[in-house]
Parts: sequence; structure tokens; C-alpha cells
Amino acid sequence: MRRVSSWGRLSAFAHEVIELGDRSKVAGELARGRPGIAHGLGRSYGDACLNPDGVLWRTAGLDRFIRFDESSGRLVCEAGVVLRDIQHLVLPRGWGLPVLPGTQFVTVGGAIANDVHGKNHHETGTFGDHVRSLRLLRTDGQEIVCGPDLRPDWFAATVGGLGLTGLIVEAELQLRQVPGPWLDAETIAYSGLDEFFRLSEESHPAWEHAVSWIDCTSSDAVRGLFMRAQPVAGEHGTWRERRRAIPLVPPVSLVNRLTLKPLNRLYWTMNKRQLGRRIAHYEPFLFPLDGVRDWNRLYGPAGFYQYQCVVPRDAGSAPIREMLGAIARSGDGSVLAVLKTFGDRWPTGLLSFARPGVTLALDFQNRAGVEILFERLDAIVAAAGGRLYPAKDARMPRSMFEAGYPRLGEFLDYRDPGMSSAMSRRLMGS
Amino acid sequence: MRIVVIGATSAIAEHCCRLWVTRETCDLVLVARDAAKAGRVAEDLRVRSPASTITVVEADFLDPAAIGRLAAETATRPIDIVLIAHGMLPEQSLCENDLVLCRDTLEVNAVSPALFAEAFAGHFAKAGRGTLAIIGSVAGDRGRKANYTYGACKGLVARYAEGLEHRFAGTGVSVVLIKPGPTDTPMAAAHRASGRRLASVEEVARAMLRGIDAKRPVVYAPAQWALIMFVVRHLPRFVFNRLNL
Repeated sequence: MRRVSSWGRLSAFAHEVIELGDRSKVAGELARGRPGIAHGLGRSYGDACLNPDGVLWRTAGLDRFIRFDESSGRLVCEAGVVLRDIQHLVLPRGWGLPVLPGTQFVTVGGAIANDVHGKNHHETGTFGDHVRSLRLLRTDGQEIVCGPDLRPDWFAATVGGLGLTGLIVEAELQLRQVPGPWLDAETIAYSGLDEFFRLSEESHPAWEHAVSWIDCTSSDAVRGLFMRAQPVAGEHGTWRERRRAIPLVPPVSLVNRLTLKPLNRLYWTMNKRQLGRRIAHYEPFLFPLDGVRDWNRLYGPAGFYQYQCVVPRDAGSAPIREMLGAIARSGDGSVLAVLKTFGDRWPTGLLSFARPGVTLALDFQNRAGVEILFERLDAIVAAAGGRLYPAKDARMPRSMFEAGYPRLGEFLDYRDPGMSSAMSRRLMGS
Repeated sequence: MRIVVIGATSAIAEHCCRLWVTRETCDLVLVARDAAKAGRVAEDLRVRSPASTITVVEADFLDPAAIGRLAAETATRPIDIVLIAHGMLPEQSLCENDLVLCRDTLEVNAVSPALFAEAFAGHFAKAGRGTLAIIGSVAGDRGRKANYTYGACKGLVARYAEGLEHRFAGTGVSVVLIKPGPTDTPMAAAHRASGRRLASVEEVARAMLRGIDAKRPVVYAPAQWALIMFVVRHLPRFVFNRLNL
């Protein structure tokens, strides 16, 4: 048994961790009769990748490439392959992953099971939109190969299916051609949500990536930085990965009610100096936090929650305004609050998160009383017809999940009874 | 570069191969007990480096005659590096109660690597050049109750490498003994009780390649283990025996 935490570090329960290293032996490991859940790099924030006192099948050792066709951009690999390794393999050959989430330290299996999205959702949709097929092993020994054209019902259940339909062993991905690692990037300061929406509108077909940082302590006088970027060809110098790390867990959260305002002000002041256009390497632009290893330790021994919601566009800016107001009044909040709009496309997965609308994501230090704020935010999201992102969640009530994911009933028919996580027990009862 | 890897399905060896083929086009010979598993490693390496030549050879790791033949056959063309990387890490308490397992552990981790080293050393001696890299362990630096069967094997490997280094001093043949600390491999992870961070395999493989490139006789990977083990080796008995290491 070994203690395992997810990225939010809210708990560290003992798990029986089974290391998968050989894809021919996965079926045997699954057939041992004890329910469990697949665990890649543990980057989901809450309990989607945890199963206290039970089995975790760790897939990090299933990290082999199987085939890559340079002419078509089709890559077949094992589910534990890390997105960073795919990028490093294919970029020099003119290809790239069409969807990259906010960290590149996630596995292919995790990216499919959470149907992750990137800053270019309006262009390329979610990760699942680029999976041509996947091989799923069930705990009863069944093997299911599915894709958009092959057993599409199984595919729709497994994409975004939180690992609950079986263990994803390998996948075939359709990459897309990219000119290289460089981006033509622009940072624009904005004030007020109306300006944010105007910038989003005008950026949407023209710029591939669009995202914004928002000062969640700014309350009525909303201020933020809008960042957008386009891939650009050519050589633009060299970029070296900086390897900084948070070496230990501080005794208290360094992000707290006292430091929140000054940290937001600091972020604003530092980044305001970089307004305008520049050429940026895609790694620091798309994965700003990957430059600091173990940044999640900043929140101290009690860990932190992330709250990410999406509300439909037709609800206007009112729900976002209300949420920002509630957060500012509570005195809680985060340094890296992210606001972005999703494109007008619905995802494949029955439980996929990204949908047309506006998404807001914030971190909250885990302290007594923060749940009261979450309940207030839940009420706003629910009233607007929105939903929360399971990959980030550790606390939403079951009713909130059921309201946000109307296709849950269809999904349940595809569940593997031998797959169970703390999240599935919390939100689906088993 | 022509590289022969013994125990190519071990996580550390596999990651070294990945680094080698990413760096330059290689001719790799993967020697393994399980050819199917090694085949999957080879498939991955071919994706990483389509220009490299990757060959899989299945072998018996305990039969001296087979080891001799294998070395002779692969040495028909010049070899730049031989990496000896295979091993097993059983629970110490099991070795204490099961002498067959204890013997198997000694054979796989100590006798077998020594035989491979000796077999290839002969060919390197004839060629007058080559690098023999052998994976030892920090566990071989001082016997500890937690893993002394495994540690004793790695101690033997260390002494063998030291002897080979002495034998080849002043020639074009170099011997590199690598001592990884606890690493996040499937082999070691099975024994992990705490959430203590282990060195990543990739990190260890990088440190190994630096050591092999520089032909350093002893390489700790990651490097901080050199200092830690210096202290552990020099702790007086009356202190060491009270510690729960």
C-alpha cells in the first residue's frame, strides 16, 4: 500500500498501486477481481484518479510509441505516453497535437478519459475529436476497439468517461501539421467583462489560441490580460526549458487571504510590462505553470480546490459577473484565474465537459468555510444551465453533476462494474 | 554508434536507449529474456528514430555457454558500448525464508552480470576499445537489513567492475559502474511504501549517459547520491546499527 494524492493534494490515502509496464499483461492485471481505476500522472485535481484503500492501475509505464506515419500524421501509442513526449517526437517532423491542455504532463489515456481542451477549443475542439480509435480492456476480459466510425457508442462513453468504461491501453491519434514551435503572441490589457467578450469575439476565427487571466480580487472593476497567439513559421532563436521547482511543502498555504491581493497585483504589474506582440515559444505560452515543478505545493499541507465551470453563452455575462462578485466578497480566490470562451462545438463524449459557452477556472486554498463559497457559485452555474469540470472537481454535489450532465443515464450502460473511483462513488453511487 | 544492451526491457535500459536514438542514429542490439516484450521496446525506438537499426536477441541469462556465444556473435562487428542492465528486486524477507529465491536473486543480479561483463571484456580486450557500462546500485555500497541480498549482488558487481577497470587501465577500454539511487521503475515501485519522491527514470538515464560519455569509472545517478552514500559508508557501526535504514 502506498499513499497517493491527486494534483490538488487534498488527501493522501493508501492505495494498492499496480504498475502496468507491459501492455500484453494488462488484461491479466485487470482480471484479479478487485475494483480499481487507471491512474496516469495524477494530474486531475480531485478524486477522479483516486480510489482510497483500493486498487490503482498506474499507466505511466505504458509509455511506448507503436507506429507513426509521417505522411498522414497518424500516431499509435500506448495510453501512458505523455503529451510532452509526443510533441518532442513529432514537432521536428512538422506535426503537432491539435489539442494541448494547460499542462503537457498528462498521459494520452488521461487526456481521453477527461476529454481535455486547450486554449484553441474554438479551432480544434477537444482531445477526443482527434482520437481515431482506442483499445479498451474491461475487467471481465473483454477487449473493445472503438472510434468515431467503429462502435461509436462505446467511443462516446469512453471519451470523457473518467476511466469508468474500462482501461484505455492504446490509442490512434490524428495529428495536424504545424509550422514549428513558435507562436506570434499578443497580450492585451482589458477592463470589464464586455471588453473581454469583445476581444474573444474578434479573436475567434483569426487567432488559434485565446485565453485570459483575470484578477479575481478586482470585483466590479474587472481587469485582466487577454492573450492570443497564432503559429508562425521560421526560426526564432532557441528556447531552453527552465527547471525550477518548489522544493518542499510550506507549513501554510503561501496563497492565502493576506497574500491574494498583493499577488494578483504583482502578476498584473509584471505582465503589464509585456503588453503588445512578441514571438513566443509554445511551451511557456501554453503551459506557463509547467516551468515550476510541483507548484501545487504552494498551497501547503491542506492542498487546494480548483473550481472550473462552463456557462452557456446565451446566459450573457451576468453569471460570470455574479461569480466574480461572490468570489471577491468572500475574500478567497486565486492568483491564476482563467476566463475563456469555448467555440460553438459540442463534444463527442457523453460526459465531456467543454461545450459552447464561457469557462471560468480558479484555485482555492483548502480552508474551513470555502465550501460556502462553492455552494454560492454552484447556484449561479446551475441557474445559468452550466456545469462543472469533473477533472478539476473534488466536491460537487451529486445533484449538480446530474443536472450538468443530462446524458449520464446513457453513459451508465457502458460502465465497467470493475472500475470504481472515489469520484464515481461520490457522483454515481458506485 | 553500435550499442549492445543486456536486459533491454528494464526501464532504465529502455530510457537510455530512447536517449541514445534521439541523439543520433544508432545500431542497437537489444538482448532480453522476453523477446516479445523487447519487440515492443524495439517498435517504440524505431518510431523515435526511423533511421536507427534495432535488433532483438533472445537469450538465456544464466547459461555461461550461451552468454559466451552471444558475446562472440555480437562482437563480429565492432561494439562501442555494452550496457549490462538486467536485475530483479525481491522483498528481502522473502529471500530470508526461501533459499531458492535467495539463490536466484544472487544468480540474476550478481553471477549473470559478471559473466556478461567477462564475456564482452574479452572482445573489448582484442579490439582494444569499447565502453563497458554496468548498472550497480547504491544498495551495493553498504549492507543494510532492508535489502542485503540485492545489495550484496550489487556489491559483487561493483568489485568486479573495479577489477576490470584496473585490468584495462591505460588501454582504450573503459569501464563505467553506474549506481542509481531509488528510481521510479516498476521494479522499485513495488516496494514503495511512502509517497517519497523517487528519481524519474528519465532523469537517471540522463545522468547515466553523461557518465558513460565522460567514461567516468563510478557514476551516481542522480549525482547527490554520491554524497549521501559517502556519509552512509562512513557511519561508524555503533551509529549505523541503530539506524532504521
